[in-house]
Amino acid sequence: MNYTKMGMNEKEYTEYVESKAEKSSLLKNCIIAFIIGGLICVIGQVITDIAMSYGLEKKLASSVSTISLIFIGALLTTLKLYQVLGKFAGAGSIVPITGFSNSIVSPAIEYKSEGFVLGIGANMFKVAGPVLVYGVCASVVYGLIYYMSKIFF
Amino acid sequence: MKIGKHTIVFENTPVILSTGSAVGPKEKEGPLSPYFDTTIDDVYFGEKTFEKAESKFMAEAIDLAIKKADMNKNKIDYMFAGDLLNQCISSGYTARNLSIPFFGLYGACSTFAEANILAASFVNAGYSYNSVASASSHFCASERQFRLPLEQGTQMTPNSQWTVTGSGATLIVKADENNIKDYPHISMATPGKVIDLGIKDIANMGAAMMPAAFDTIVTHLEDTKRTPDYYDLIVTGDLGKLGSKLLIDQLKNYGYDISKQHMDCGVKIFDTETQDVGVGGSGCGCSASVFCGYIYPLLKKKQINKVLFIATGALMSPVSLGQGESIPGVAHAFVIENLEV
Repeated sequence: MNYTKMGMNEKEYTEYVESKAEKSSLLKNCIIAFIIGGLICVIGQVITDIAMSYGLEKKLASSVSTISLIFIGALLTTLKLYQVLGKFAGAGSIVPITGFSNSIVSPAIEYKSEGFVLGIGANMFKVAGPVLVYGVCASVVYGLIYYMSKIFF
Repeated sequence: MKIGKHTIVFENTPVILSTGSAVGPKEKEGPLSPYFDTTIDDVYFGEKTFEKAESKFMAEAIDLAIKKADMNKNKIDYMFAGDLLNQCISSGYTARNLSIPFFGLYGACSTFAEANILAASFVNAGYSYNSVASASSHFCASERQFRLPLEQGTQMTPNSQWTVTGSGATLIVKADENNIKDYPHISMATPGKVIDLGIKDIANMGAAMMPAAFDTIVTHLEDTKRTPDYYDLIVTGDLGKLGSKLLIDQLKNYGYDISKQHMDCGVKIFDTETQDVGVGGSGCGCSASVFCGYIYPLLKKKQINKVLFIATGALMSPVSLGQGESIPGVAHAFVIENLEV
């Protein structure tokens, strides 16, 4: 039953609401996301360089950097600081690996009240789970294409 | 008695003898802070979980309402209450400690009006002498049920709303010669239809619920043959700034100008400019606490005498949204008046 005395159908009403609703500022959000996301990457690069200056190979040094960033993301989440950053930075703090860490630690904190197994264990990957599933799937597809290309070219 | 299409007239004028309100820290920082009976700084309210805290807010509001009326708890016949959490646990667990027969209700954010209409109906019919009606919500508990974990770092979209942490309760009793002169009574009710105009954006609930509010208000005014001028205040539950604007505009198009009398609890409870709450508050606790803490005292002091109160609710769940459904809205209205002298 979608008839109302307002005399609008669903399409008209949706358009009407959109014309009146306040929009997010796309340009501003993009710029902030670019700067904060970039800064997080710079921090990662600094950690990599420091690790390399201690004589680690590049591959090992970037692992050190990844692990450190995950730790920083988790720590800031538990201190309730990552949500403050996220509110300001938007995609800038969601896309880097610190955001991935945040998306696993935050449900873990939230569901602690339902116990370790059915609470934390069952819900920890509620947000990051889809990323893992499709990330793994995508890497399998990529691997196959890469393998084929090696055979034919 | 029923008049018009959907409006009930309570000829025995059930009286609201008292109210109680209890809210959390964000509401304490808001402009209505001095009006609430209890304001708590701790979102946990001394409990271990948010859900237990929400129950405690409701228990506190009911307790206050009963104490203010100086009534023995055993004299209360029925409790009509609801909240936003799955299986209405906040209300159910509150009722566990009260030993009052309990009707658990779900009408999303319209629950407070639903509870009052049903309690008033029971009292009007003589099935009950004294009943309590209550509703509650908790920001942290509903965020985790409906959206993302609190610690998740995400941005708020401009038209989203902030769930109120708090509760309100009314004590509705049979009218007699004494109380009817001094206390406001519930004179009418217009229960609302579920209306869905295809809004799917969970971050714009005001727009999803507005058509339901529009329909209920128009039905009420047509049934009673009244104009908006009859009322000192026309209060909506939680349409927020955007939803309120749409409602006023559309009613004006239809021929009713409510811009002078209109107030939205969600806009009133927070300072939308400084408190970072999007377009305003929402949740059952929003209309409940604002009615009990702010509007009822105005009626009781006779600063205002006729109020049309419309609580609006969005009847979706994360499951229905996941399945691609749009957000249906519902709005229930009731009229609170002082006896004319």
